[in-house]
Amino acid sequence: MSESATLEALAIERDTGNFSYPEDYEHNAGVGLTEDTLKYISDIKGEAEWIREFRRRALKVFNSKPMPTHWASKDLENIVFDEIRYYLSKGQAPKQNWEDVPDDVKKTFERLGVPEKERKFLAGVEAQFDSESAYSNVKEALSKEGVIFVNSTAGLRDYPDVFRPYFGKVIPTGDNKFSALNSAVFSGGSFIYVPPGVKVKHPLQAYFRINAENFGQFERTLIIVDEGAEVTYMEGCTAPKFETATLHSAVVELVAMKDARIQYITVQNWSNNVFNLVTKRGIAHENAEIRWIDCNIGSRLTMKYPGVVMKGRKARGEVISIALANTGQHQDTGAKMIHAADETTSNIVAKSISVGTGISTYRGLVHIPKNLKGCRNNTECDALLINTNSVNNTYPAITVRGNHHATQHEASVSQVSEDQIFYMKQRGLNEGEAMSLSVNGFVNDLVREFPMEYSVELKRLIDMEMEGSVG
Amino acid sequence: MSLVVTSPEETTDRVIPWCHSAPISPTEGTVPDWYQELRKAAWTRFANLPVPVRTNEKWRFSDLQHLRFDDYSLASKLPSDLTSELINRAISERPEHFAAHFVFANGQLIHAETPALPESAVCVPLSDAFHSHPEQLREHFLKHEDFVGGDKFAALHAAATLSGTFIYLPKATVIEHPILIHHFVGGSNSMIFPHTLIVADQNSKVSVTEAFESVAENEETLVVGIADLHADHGGKIQYVALQDLSESGAKHVQLQHARAGRDAAIKIGYVNLGAEWVRNESINRMVEEGADCQVFSANLANRDQEFDQRTLQSHEAQHTTSDLYFKNALYDRSRTIFSGLIQVHPNAHYTDSYQSCRNLMGSEEAESNSLPGLEIDADQVKCSHGATSGTISDDEIFYLQSRGLPAEEARRMITLGFLNESIQRLEGDDLKAKLVERIERKFHALS
Repeated sequence: MSESATLEALAIERDTGNFSYPEDYEHNAGVGLTEDTLKYISDIKGEAEWIREFRRRALKVFNSKPMPTHWASKDLENIVFDEIRYYLSKGQAPKQNWEDVPDDVKKTFERLGVPEKERKFLAGVEAQFDSESAYSNVKEALSKEGVIFVNSTAGLRDYPDVFRPYFGKVIPTGDNKFSALNSAVFSGGSFIYVPPGVKVKHPLQAYFRINAENFGQFERTLIIVDEGAEVTYMEGCTAPKFETATLHSAVVELVAMKDARIQYITVQNWSNNVFNLVTKRGIAHENAEIRWIDCNIGSRLTMKYPGVVMKGRKARGEVISIALANTGQHQDTGAKMIHAADETTSNIVAKSISVGTGISTYRGLVHIPKNLKGCRNNTECDALLINTNSVNNTYPAITVRGNHHATQHEASVSQVSEDQIFYMKQRGLNEGEAMSLSVNGFVNDLVREFPMEYSVELKRLIDMEMEGSVG
Repeated sequence: MSLVVTSPEETTDRVIPWCHSAPISPTEGTVPDWYQELRKAAWTRFANLPVPVRTNEKWRFSDLQHLRFDDYSLASKLPSDLTSELINRAISERPEHFAAHFVFANGQLIHAETPALPESAVCVPLSDAFHSHPEQLREHFLKHEDFVGGDKFAALHAAATLSGTFIYLPKATVIEHPILIHHFVGGSNSMIFPHTLIVADQNSKVSVTEAFESVAENEETLVVGIADLHADHGGKIQYVALQDLSESGAKHVQLQHARAGRDAAIKIGYVNLGAEWVRNESINRMVEEGADCQVFSANLANRDQEFDQRTLQSHEAQHTTSDLYFKNALYDRSRTIFSGLIQVHPNAHYTDSYQSCRNLMGSEEAESNSLPGLEIDADQVKCSHGATSGTISDDEIFYLQSRGLPAEEARRMITLGFLNESIQRLEGDDLKAKLVERIERKFHALS
């Protein structure tokens, strides 16, 4: 099976996001990470003392924690923290009107198709260009209902009463090395609050893009959905190709109060020199539901295990995950379900595809502590290997205490069957089309979980990734 | 990002010596020079290897408190009135037909019987094999270097006076009835090191059952055993380890390797009933086309028992197959850990591999940990694994009650049937009946 053809197919897709603009940043924290870097970021943002202290403490935690290479990929050792630029910005305040956005930034987003999407169906767009949000617009109707949709700086500055009690509580600074790094240098990201009973009809969307070489993107997202409210949030990510590796390390915290529902959708298509090390976790209170729908197609190494802590009775957690690892990529994804109350249920469905020498890894954790009743977990993870040297790893860990629960885990690894391909060829499809169709069929039931426009996009992406992988 | 709930900070464990000098018996007789050297090297390796810490993935979920062996030493010889009692115990437990029966007590051979051993077969105590079959023994003896976490135990084993059996089957030798080996351990802070090496040449066949028991209850003992199985072209080996040590005080480590050559078939069974803490490591390698390894386990845990089982199914050639089926029934505050890995090496195409761990939770406080893993590096592979934890449903109990069985009896029957599913995959009706009988006996002690 031809490797070069596979790469060619890859190149087609990557070009969509592979463009950059001259860097003329007004604020640039320089290279490397010290307390001065933190002070620089805080000064620009005019941050309160407690945030400055939060950052300083996080830096200490970051420095004291070892790399988790005793279980994770050794590739992490190739991140040179001293060569990364931790803050870049043009210094502009978030614009509420598209016309006010600087021209070259606008050009970037036009290429990404943000405004069209916004006009068509999106309730609000928060687009992050390197560190700061360049453009943001929340439909007035939403504001009237009391929905807050701002970036992290504005969130902590203008609505401390709303966000401070939860900030850093779902994912504490010391959770892991990269959550500590994010806590030290975070900027940008979305802070959302949905008041009780408000059901946001249209999805809120954010788009992240890394434009400068050696730049690390550290956005921070916090979504609080009050009693009985509902929201869907979508994020997409791209970066142009640079010669050296780039780092993206986000922290996403979700809080779903009683009876609330949050759906968080990610389509990650970073270029394949981005280290994508993200910590995502939600807390679901009584009868609340948190769903993570996660699709990883890009990046060099992704390590991301969205989690749900089911804290209230009858809370539900779900992770739907699709990972596609092509040559040169390692998709280390999975899910983490912590049952902390009676009658909580969780569901994990993960499908991964390895093409060329790509490595896809599923890592899962299901934890049911003692003294609980009626907890249920279902985990399914399936992998599809396309070429002879494709790699798949599966490492689940399931802990169950007590005799009032039911868990089941199933995983399988297989190939596209030769019979299927033969059948389709006999029907007049060429081998590549047959393979594409087969792979799309493999992920089809999950792709349907994505909103329509994303699922169309996903199908197209998968088609392109698969092109030329057989031959 | 973090998968480990607790932060993986390095723990600086106090170094507690497991034993102060190499556990070598002064009365063991002469051993060849090469073996002396091997032991010396192993003792140095043992001393230098770190005690497993919390951050070690191969010890994930293990309660490392169990790994505190404050100055254990080699078990000492037992008085003859006690040994004759142990021989009677061993004889009363054996199936009707057997090819050979060896009984070891605190590392000493106290009984040997070989009623149905074919002439061509070699089945001798290890201590004799050094002199009677040095070449055949040396080819495979203590050659393995890869373990799934038990390196330090393996080094200690290699440095110690071993007790056990060397079984060698030349081409086409078939032993119809099973070979039985009993190991007894007794005395405070005593250690024994049972070693079984089975080499099955072309188209030969053998079944070996090893039983581990305590001389008395409530004694702090440690068993560090290694079983090493080699099946060549068309060879067939079945190896069963039945562990029924004292539930208080006894600790048991059993490291097992299997290597299956072309069209060879190896079946392994683990039955764990006793001991306070058990660590089983089962590494099974399919190295040539057509090789097949099957591993089954039935474990009944109660009180504060911890059964920690780690397995590897390593597919290293095309067209190899393997199966793994582990069953745990848990009561009281017991814990089980199952960590299995199916590894399909590059070019091991057309692998067909399965792995399944099922836990039946019988109390509020029991805890099962399952880590079924897959690492696939090849194409045209069929691999799957499953892990479940659950409990007996009220409907099942109700059905049996409506048939006239009391609820307690219904529960027992269902649990027994659950464990039996794994036992029934083994060969030898006599043997299976004995194993089930052993499990039933523990059940009666439970209620």
